[in-house]
Amino acid sequence: MSATMTALRMTAGTGISAIGRGVGQTLAALRNRRTGLEPCDFAGITHGYAGPVAGVQAHAVPPALAAYDCRNNRLIDMALRTDGVAEAIMAARAHYGAGRIGVVMGTSTSGVLASEDAFCAMDAQGRLPANFDYEHTQDLFSLARYVRAALELGGPALCVSMACASSSRAFMDAAYLIRAGICDAVVVGGADSLCRMTLRGFAALELVSARRCRPCDALRDGISIGEAAGIVLLERPDGRAISGPSAGFRATLLGYGASSDGHHMSTPHPQGAGAALAMQRALDSARLPVDAIDYINLHGTGTRANDAMEDRAVSTRFGTHVPCSSTKGWTGHTLGACGVLEAMICALAIEHGFMPGCLGVDEVDPTFRANVLTTNMARPVRHVMSNAFGFGGANCSLIFGKAA
Amino acid sequence: MRVWIPGLAVLADGMAGWEPARAILRGEDTWQPTPCALPPPATLAPNERRRTSPIVRLAMAVAAEACAAAGCDPATVHNVFGSSNGDGRVVNAILQALADPAAGISPTQFHNCVHNAAAGYWTIGSQSHQPVACLGGYDWSWGFSLLQAAAEAVVEGKTVLLCVYDMAMPMPLGQKRATRGTFGVGLVLSPHPVPHALAMLDVDYGAEDAADTVLTLPDAQATTALRALCHDNPAARCLPLLAAIARGGTHEIRVAGDVGHVALRVTPC
Repeated sequence: MSATMTALRMTAGTGISAIGRGVGQTLAALRNRRTGLEPCDFAGITHGYAGPVAGVQAHAVPPALAAYDCRNNRLIDMALRTDGVAEAIMAARAHYGAGRIGVVMGTSTSGVLASEDAFCAMDAQGRLPANFDYEHTQDLFSLARYVRAALELGGPALCVSMACASSSRAFMDAAYLIRAGICDAVVVGGADSLCRMTLRGFAALELVSARRCRPCDALRDGISIGEAAGIVLLERPDGRAISGPSAGFRATLLGYGASSDGHHMSTPHPQGAGAALAMQRALDSARLPVDAIDYINLHGTGTRANDAMEDRAVSTRFGTHVPCSSTKGWTGHTLGACGVLEAMICALAIEHGFMPGCLGVDEVDPTFRANVLTTNMARPVRHVMSNAFGFGGANCSLIFGKAA
Repeated sequence: MRVWIPGLAVLADGMAGWEPARAILRGEDTWQPTPCALPPPATLAPNERRRTSPIVRLAMAVAAEACAAAGCDPATVHNVFGSSNGDGRVVNAILQALADPAAGISPTQFHNCVHNAAAGYWTIGSQSHQPVACLGGYDWSWGFSLLQAAAEAVVEGKTVLLCVYDMAMPMPLGQKRATRGTFGVGLVLSPHPVPHALAMLDVDYGAEDAADTVLTLPDAQATTALRALCHDNPAARCLPLLAAIARGGTHEIRVAGDVGHVALRVTPC
């Protein structure tokens, strides 16, 4: 495969999270440094803070797709109806044909909330409710099938599920389908929604902060869980001419890199060896030197271990100058959706020439060596790296550039 | 997309490895639904080994055997893991605990419930720093995972280990997602011709709907029993391909997707 094929066009894209629906609201919240985190009040769970998406509870999926109705698919449906991305995908479908457009979605827990509710409603004989549809809600594939059905596409579909690296890795699997010639375009993205499993699971690991999460702060003590969904239309570089206003954001996927820690299921490698390797592979794939990266959107979850490991990995690979920050103080940790949500934030940083400094930081951890931003900074941004790391030691780094 | 298969492994009910599976698929032996033994992974430290559930042991066993059969170092291959249900046992147990507001969630169970748990343990055991993709495609997990693994192999120019596995779903979740039996398959895919490859495989996607190629074996009883396994366990849908490799010769195989299909052409080496 030719070297020029590494770069793929992101011709439309959007995301929804606790800070807003689509590029306009997200950009405003980033610029105004307005967090979306509020005291958690979900399914009786009130520990810490959470980042719910406004309106998801009341959002209705189309009647033809009612079997898929669950919080996670409502979230992705809201994203499809934001910033005109569905219409932009329709235009691509008219050009390439439905069978040439694939769907790759990332999620960690899919519609598990539907199963949680079903287990709570189990009868005395241990029977789950008759109307509980596992296949179209909790099952991982539900999310990708929903998107493909909603957009009437006919290409291959898959769900990538590898904890918090899910939707970052989805970009890689989408790129493989295009670069192998199986697809001309892929709808890539993901969604993860609030549920008991992650709120109580991370609490059991003592990783949920009682306060709003403070990535990179000296006193950071855990994550705040958010929910999000994002959609990006990824296309071959020589596919078609595109004119007119953009649907949401545009950018270029310049490179990607993945690695495994091979170290521990839920604790990152202390020196960040796997994370540094993923970043290096992304640079190699983009054929960019380290000094070409203007900003790094950190995974930056706000746990002691992740942020310390990531600081070591970044400063080892990039030195101490490249500005970097985590945006999870705005959105919370949106788990499997963070890759696609932060792809939008990276595209906005490039388009508008600004870098969002970490929110809620009183003092950057004095042991950190990387250049952690704590206020927004205006500066031209050409190339951005976005990191995501997940349980199981899964690491993924993506590099984005200006829209072609 | 063209790839070569230097090694493969099977671990399933009545198939304790590729050699016995090959004999059954060639009609040289009968198939019995003997539950297969799932060895504790020797590559893990004792405390981690204890935490591995049956499905992690299944995936790790076929992954290790496929690499051994292909003569490749597990720490060097890219990895694509596919499963419909992941660790249904752990997910089911957590859902039961979540339904009880007073019950605690086990931290170990929580980090083991991620879909990439088996791949995580595999990379820990093999001390691999290579990329992993973990995919889910319901009943169509086998075909779409194979498509993705072949794409990664040809685009990256790297050897890819494909590991696809599913096990019986426990109750009560099994009421809504019936999955039976134990089936794991490991396939090493090389983007280049390799000496002693079992077969050459051309992989493509077709957007038109197509039914699965029906499994037909020399033995009628085995055919009936293993068709049922294909129906009951998404990973067993690889059996038509395995039967083609076992029998030798050139074969065209279709693997149905919910939409579209994966088209395979098997050519002996």
